[in-house]
Amino acid sequence: MGHRVTLRVNGEQWDLDLDPAETLLEALRGRVGVKSPKVGCERGDCGSCTVLLNGQTVRSCLVLAVEADGAEITTLEGIGCEGLAPVQRALLEHNSFQCGFCAPGIVLSAVELLAAHPHPTRHQVQEALAGNLCRCTGYEPIIQAILAAGEEP
Amino acid sequence: MTLTRSFTYVKPGSLDEALALLAEHGRAAAVLAGGTDLISWMRDDLVAPEVVVDIKGLPGLEAITLVDGTLRLGALATFSDVLRSPVVSAAFPVLAEMAGVVASVGIRNRATVAGNLCSAVPSNDAGPVLLAADALVQIAATDGERTIPLAEWFRGPRRTALRGGELVTRITVPLPDRHGGCYLKLGRYRGEDLAQASVAVLALPGDHYRIAFGAVAPATVRAAAIEESLEGRPLDEATLAAAADLVPEVISPISDLRASAGYRTHMCRVMLRRALRAAAERLADDGPPYGERLL
Repeated sequence: MGHRVTLRVNGEQWDLDLDPAETLLEALRGRVGVKSPKVGCERGDCGSCTVLLNGQTVRSCLVLAVEADGAEITTLEGIGCEGLAPVQRALLEHNSFQCGFCAPGIVLSAVELLAAHPHPTRHQVQEALAGNLCRCTGYEPIIQAILAAGEEP
Repeated sequence: MTLTRSFTYVKPGSLDEALALLAEHGRAAAVLAGGTDLISWMRDDLVAPEVVVDIKGLPGLEAITLVDGTLRLGALATFSDVLRSPVVSAAFPVLAEMAGVVASVGIRNRATVAGNLCSAVPSNDAGPVLLAADALVQIAATDGERTIPLAEWFRGPRRTALRGGELVTRITVPLPDRHGGCYLKLGRYRGEDLAQASVAVLALPGDHYRIAFGAVAPATVRAAAIEESLEGRPLDEATLAAAADLVPEVISPISDLRASAGYRTHMCRVMLRRALRAAAERLADDGPPYGERLL
């Protein structure tokens, strides 16, 4: 049953023996030990399990870990390893989060957005975050922070 | 949390290998592309495949190309691929308009257009635009290939004409020389909701229209009666009103947690009128930009 799978997580190589029924979310949390991808709705709606798979956001609850064999995976732990990334600093300055459960997914969605559109419009920010649910803030301080990060030269 | 049933995972490297696996396991096999439906269906026990065949190792299936006026979407083309495709935005921008309102970025990065047709939930987004465009589904199996018009594809909720052992390899869309299009999707809120109702319109020169509705019948439906009523007539108020009055004959919506049948019917009338106008204006190069919010 076991599949030999190699994941590159935040630049580190992990050789794992996995059951195909294990999701990427389970493998990341349970095997690799990164805890920023959260177990939320487990149906792709809430965005709290968001990770970057080869640079694109995916729902790690809807990806089998075996599918990610050979892929480059970035979680929040891999963002801003040497000090906060600009968007993280902006989120901090705007006091954007309360409970923080959605924060890892939102940071990764913002990183993907800012990589493609360094100076996004409000509409682009809203569109990028449409799949990341936050139940605390009403989104406004999050949107403001990402717009501010996009204004930096 | 875990997928409770065990299964065998295989990732073939060639089409022949994939087809042999599908032939061997028939209905016990499930094809995995983006997995955004398959994995949640497996979690909910709606499907319980013994073998999962991951087709992401098959070469060439992610390509989006235009060949002799026909748009070809490989089975692995995702909604994000469609949104980013210069070929789509130049030749069939209404497909990108549709892709832009599917779920969320994280789903669009993974979910494929062909997979959306294969899942065949009544609220699927790819269906209406592609049905209005007379798209064809290309299918391969060990004993050969066949092509099914999308009009014969949907057989009910989550049911299609695909047989055990078969694999969808490509969607082809014979594009009209000139056209204007519009896809409108009604959700409970902006962003990532499933459709409560949707409509796709293609306007062709000579006051010729092709129309399809989603989420308001067991399967995506073509609105032939409305198309006939509009044939050759300029889009004035009387024509639009007559077309809207035919909506209840075409659709058969249900009431569920997302909307009542009455609301769906009312909104289909509203959306039809707006989509017809926008498509006609776009045909005349005088319409709102594709992707603009018209609801």
